[in-house]
Amino acid sequence: MSEGLDARLVVRRGGFALDLPLTAAPGEVVALLGPNGAGKSTALRALAGLVPMAGGHLRVDGEDLRPLPADRRGIGMVFQDYLLFPHLSALDNVAFGPRCRGAGRRAARRAAAEWLDRVGLAGYASARPRALSGGQAQRVALARALAVEPRLLLLDEPLAALDARTRLEIRAALRRHLAGFTGAAVLVTHDPLDAMVLADRIVVVEDGRLVQEGAPADIARRPRTGYVARLVGLNLYRGRAERGTVVIGGGDATLDTVDSPEGEVFIAFAPSSVALYRTRPDGSPRNLWRARVAAVERHGDRARVQLSGPPFDAVADVTPAAVAELELSEGSMIWAAVKATETHVYPA
Amino acid sequence: MRTDAVPGRPPWILVLPALAGLAFLVLPLLGLLVRAPWSTLGTRLVQPQVLDALRLSLLSATLATGLCVLFGVPLAWTLARVPFPGVRLVRALVTVPLVLPPVVGGVALLLVLGRRGLVGGWLDAAFGITFPFTTAGVVLAETFVAMPFLVISVEGALRAADLRYEEAAATLGAGRWTVFRRVTLPLVAPGVAAGAVLCWARALGEFGATITFAGNFPGRTQTMPLAVYLALETDPQAAIVLSLVLLAVSVAVLAALRDRWVGTA
Repeated sequence: MSEGLDARLVVRRGGFALDLPLTAAPGEVVALLGPNGAGKSTALRALAGLVPMAGGHLRVDGEDLRPLPADRRGIGMVFQDYLLFPHLSALDNVAFGPRCRGAGRRAARRAAAEWLDRVGLAGYASARPRALSGGQAQRVALARALAVEPRLLLLDEPLAALDARTRLEIRAALRRHLAGFTGAAVLVTHDPLDAMVLADRIVVVEDGRLVQEGAPADIARRPRTGYVARLVGLNLYRGRAERGTVVIGGGDATLDTVDSPEGEVFIAFAPSSVALYRTRPDGSPRNLWRARVAAVERHGDRARVQLSGPPFDAVADVTPAAVAELELSEGSMIWAAVKATETHVYPA
Repeated sequence: MRTDAVPGRPPWILVLPALAGLAFLVLPLLGLLVRAPWSTLGTRLVQPQVLDALRLSLLSATLATGLCVLFGVPLAWTLARVPFPGVRLVRALVTVPLVLPPVVGGVALLLVLGRRGLVGGWLDAAFGITFPFTTAGVVLAETFVAMPFLVISVEGALRAADLRYEEAAATLGAGRWTVFRRVTLPLVAPGVAAGAVLCWARALGEFGATITFAGNFPGRTQTMPLAVYLALETDPQAAIVLSLVLLAVSVAVLAALRDRWVGTA
């Protein structure tokens, strides 16, 4: 008997097809990361029993859940906009699950009060959902899902509805609660930072398929699709490596590297490792190319410069002072360089 | 010089018919108030036949509303939530009493539930239950004409309600009956209440189906509208008084509906 979640989710809806293998060990938090419309939420709804599966399997702690309706799966779910019942108090919202699973009114309310206390909302038991702030509502929703003592916890974009500052606090709190949760947890997000902070393992979904899977640090360092590379803020190219040189873009360009893999590879480098010059620089051998400035935009306390090819598109981060000094504007031509030691090459 | 973008005065071709329409709606009510025998109003109101008719009207309208809620809410839920072949046809059938002349409804009821009707004959033979010319018949006639109001109102509320609340309840372990009882029904409660008030008002004013199916027996089947009609031939002053009572009840219902539901929903 395998512990935790073991599933292959096959869902067909109109022209969209999802086919996603997914496992999560007890105590493990797996993040489904992907662009809008990739099928992340559909996967979660299939797990919860809210959309029918067209194939595959779904087992939690060895039990086959596929034939069971949503109300008998023993799965807790936190919805994107929480969906707290507007006609019930925070306490009765949390007590709803235990009541449905056969607890008496008083036992259910006692358990609910404990859960509210655990998420730091003991003082809000009698509050109606519309009187709660976004962060408070999210915590009530989490307490409500956990109060049924699920074997599998599902979180659908749990932080998406929060403003930036609340998000930081709630993310930290959510991380603590997930760390204390002994069952398997699956989290859906389109925010790489949420995935990195909250998950033990990330599954990247694009167009209904698994495209990459691994520990957050691994995903961040070695993206395998353009989508992931943009998410984690890396320039990524696919090419053929031979003796320290990677030929990319079908032979149009080469990049030198100090890494050793040969054959089909990915080559990645950070925008901050791209140096820009008005005139061709002299000196040490490095990857140097002439590029057109496609756009300059603010990016934190840096300026992000979109460079367009030929030979290839890239992103460079420079200081605002450098933007002025280089007289960067859309359409201007500049020289761009990346040291071979700043590139990272790994097998495709 | 114009300082804002408000267009010129409204065109008279719209304003005149509007005023005429308003006058047409309001003047009869004013006439009722003007011609009312205010000096003898108190004594006329407490006459036994007036009180009997009023009591019977309130009782039967309330019972009919109860029946409408009892059967109409599940019917509305089925129409809104259970996909079945012919759902459009059933929905159309439900609204038939809305457009059917009430007298026709009364005749139809008589044919089915009358002493020799399809179902009525069997009920009479097996249980000794008869509906025509009884208070129960009044309630049935009113239920028949009022039920569509409730079904339409509740079905609309069910369609507007966010289905994801029901999904959330399901993930918490609630079966469909529990979901209905603890989530769906509370969410559509304003719709049920508005539907019930409309139902009640319609039942209170019911005339055609009632007089056809239940007859006109004072104290048993003579509701307020029937009493008004009868009094008009014998004692017009009494008819005005009875009409005033119905007008007062209608206005009260309208006010309640506006403040409690229409305004906030």
